[in-house]
Amino acid sequence: MTEHKALQYAVEEITEIAKGFGLDFYPMRYEICPADIIYTFGAYGMPTRFSHWSFGKQFHKMKLQYDLGLSQIYELVINSNPCYAFLLETNTLIQNKLIIAHVLAHCDFFKNNVRFSNTRRDMVESMTATAERIAEYEKIYGNEEVERFLDAVLAIQEHIDPSLVRWRHGNEEVEQEDDAPIIRKTMYDDLWEMDHKRLKPPAESKRKKTPASPEKDLLLFLLENSRELEEWQRDILTMIREEMLYFWPQMETKIMNEGWATFWHQRILREMDLTADETIEFAKLNANVIQPSRTSINPYYLGLKIFEDIERRYNHPTEEMIELGVKPGSGRERMFEVREMDSDISFIRNYLTKELVQKEDLYIFEKKGSHYKISDKEYRSVQDRLIAQRVNGGFPYLVVYDGDYVRNGELYLVHKYEETELDVPYLEHVLPYIHQLWGRIVHLETYVDNKQVVFSYDGKKVHRRFA
Amino acid sequence: MHEEQSESFVVSQENWSLHRKGYQDQKRHSDKVKKAIHNNLPELISEESIVMSDGRDVIKIPIRSLDEYKIRYNHSKSKHVGQGGGDSQVGDVVASDGSQSAGKGKQAGDQPGQDFYEAEVSLAEIEETLFRELELPNLEKREQAEIIEEDITFNDIRKKGLIGNIDKKRTIIAAFKRNAMEGHAEIMPIYNDDLRFKTWDEVVKPQSKAVVLMMMDTSASMGSFEKYMARSFYFWMTKFLRTKYEKVDIEFIAHHTIAKVVSEMDFFSKGESGGTICSTAYEKALDLIAKKYHPSRYNIYPFHFSDGENMSSDNGKCLSLVEELMGVSNMFGYGEVNAHSRYSTLMNTYQKIEDPKFRHYVLKENKDVYYALKKFFHKRLEGSV
Repeated sequence: MTEHKALQYAVEEITEIAKGFGLDFYPMRYEICPADIIYTFGAYGMPTRFSHWSFGKQFHKMKLQYDLGLSQIYELVINSNPCYAFLLETNTLIQNKLIIAHVLAHCDFFKNNVRFSNTRRDMVESMTATAERIAEYEKIYGNEEVERFLDAVLAIQEHIDPSLVRWRHGNEEVEQEDDAPIIRKTMYDDLWEMDHKRLKPPAESKRKKTPASPEKDLLLFLLENSRELEEWQRDILTMIREEMLYFWPQMETKIMNEGWATFWHQRILREMDLTADETIEFAKLNANVIQPSRTSINPYYLGLKIFEDIERRYNHPTEEMIELGVKPGSGRERMFEVREMDSDISFIRNYLTKELVQKEDLYIFEKKGSHYKISDKEYRSVQDRLIAQRVNGGFPYLVVYDGDYVRNGELYLVHKYEETELDVPYLEHVLPYIHQLWGRIVHLETYVDNKQVVFSYDGKKVHRRFA
Repeated sequence: MHEEQSESFVVSQENWSLHRKGYQDQKRHSDKVKKAIHNNLPELISEESIVMSDGRDVIKIPIRSLDEYKIRYNHSKSKHVGQGGGDSQVGDVVASDGSQSAGKGKQAGDQPGQDFYEAEVSLAEIEETLFRELELPNLEKREQAEIIEEDITFNDIRKKGLIGNIDKKRTIIAAFKRNAMEGHAEIMPIYNDDLRFKTWDEVVKPQSKAVVLMMMDTSASMGSFEKYMARSFYFWMTKFLRTKYEKVDIEFIAHHTIAKVVSEMDFFSKGESGGTICSTAYEKALDLIAKKYHPSRYNIYPFHFSDGENMSSDNGKCLSLVEELMGVSNMFGYGEVNAHSRYSTLMNTYQKIEDPKFRHYVLKENKDVYYALKKFFHKRLEGSV
């Protein structure tokens, strides 16, 4: 089979070039499969995952777009060792070349970025086992019962604590709110305060609080403290939390990871001997991937531009940079360091420069009336906004504040409000799910129209209470 | 499947044809959407595209795909980052949400570009679901109940029966199978045990003609909403009655201070000015029954839709006429469209009627068409209160 030979040869060549550039990846498994399989994997995020209607909905939507010629998945790569990459059986050779180069860089990122250091590389097998166990529970307890539970868990699955180093309960001075407003002259003032710990007045109530300090990991908290859950439900909750922990680093490095992969597929293909036709098709494909958007950020493009900018600036440092110890020609070195140590938040904070924001014409837009209008083009605002969007993977930051609210076993959650309001209709649909998992009244404190408000669900109705 | 090994990579192509997971879960989702259709029946049946249709086509009704609720940010109240072509200015419009054209109704979320799942629901599907919940009122037996028709349908096969009803084809198949099991795949011989007979069931149908006397207040106080409610109700009611009777006649009686028989078109579209005297409509209905629809031949369903505003001096007369109408009808339905819960003189009068043939419902919003149908067409269990 010549086609197969050609692909085999291309993989060998690309792998060689990538190694030459210093990319460091796991052994690769390339699977060639038909469209509906690729789209299944795309919808589930994994080749083997448990069954749920939401995946079916996603699959249908993606497959429909593909059938209508509106979209095409270019790459699908799994963070595992060995690393799986899926190629559409109808891909042309040049499409496959681009994809192979791209996924090699992803794999390098999975293997070397610190955020991924705790992810399980045997997740494909683990998810297969999870799927089997959930299917087994469906047999025992019925599809509807299991689905009702999955609906509830999936609604809050992002509320875990993905910290690389977790300290639990009892570190009192780590996070305690302070009543006295701090006036900061510069943005670094708070650093000085780290030296002398402020003394706290002893807490008035001696009641032992659950959790001792606000707990970010809602799933874990429910797992450990809900009196409502049965053994099989705890099992499912544990497994879904495990899967979310696995997916989390991908969410918090989306821009970097795609930028890195795009940067390298371009560099690698430049090294290859392409025919004229291939060169043109590659250019088209590449242009498609990095096309910027007026109403969102294309992570492929932004990530690529930041990496290119790092390379350029560290190859030709300014005098100021040289004074700080940057050696000319250290672009690549710095890039590899960044891909190892950073995540999207620090990546944008440290390397999205003012010049780049201006050159790329980034702006902030917001809704005014029925139009979305550009409201700000300031460098700091754009950078802050991009970072705010990446905090906590883009999900609202919630903590469990009290698991025995008003000493009645009620659950009190606090949304750490930072000027972005929650979607209230959605919130009102999610509270019943949390109630289902907790078994008692659930409260959530947040802000609407700059006013503090507590939403409560008592099993029948959602109430709002303004503070 | 073939695989080629090299030290650091493998390229392989497997047979994926048994991998159906995506399709299986897609079915789970579409099953849930169907169930949602069922649960949304009250909203669906007052859907304009159905009521205004000729009732035959498959109608596409937009049905939201199921939301996966999460705690998320309010999209329209937050700031976003976008990227221009190099010449963007503060104040430039980058997108619009088209909210001005959207109808009223509670939004399930604030995100733009909500995806709609265009479920194809056929009218038959809705009918099936709806009519399963409706019953002809099981009222006291009337004298002409003996006109109930009995029919016979052959719909069962048994081993014993009259020789004249023998089912030759099935008998031969049975014999052939048995012979084949014994080693000779042929028809002969046929034993007694092979014989198959058609057997019948008796079908009891109510007498097969019905007439709906549709009365409606067309005075100035009846607006388009009120008329639409009456129209939706009438649309489904006649459809339902047609499943129960072979022939359903409909007469439209429009009234304000006088009543007249009008065409369907005029009935729903024309508005008149002036006050309201309901008794005129009832008189007209009684007149029609006497002339055209004798109770011994017809099942009579008078329905009256009004907004409840009647000349108060007329109410006493209405009461006695309604009682007279009930004497010749299967039931009498009174639907009051009263979105703002005004005080209604007519309803107040009718509240006194205790005859189980009299059924009334106050419709406040679109959804109530469904509840009105259920109220009017439910089987009253004999012996229950």
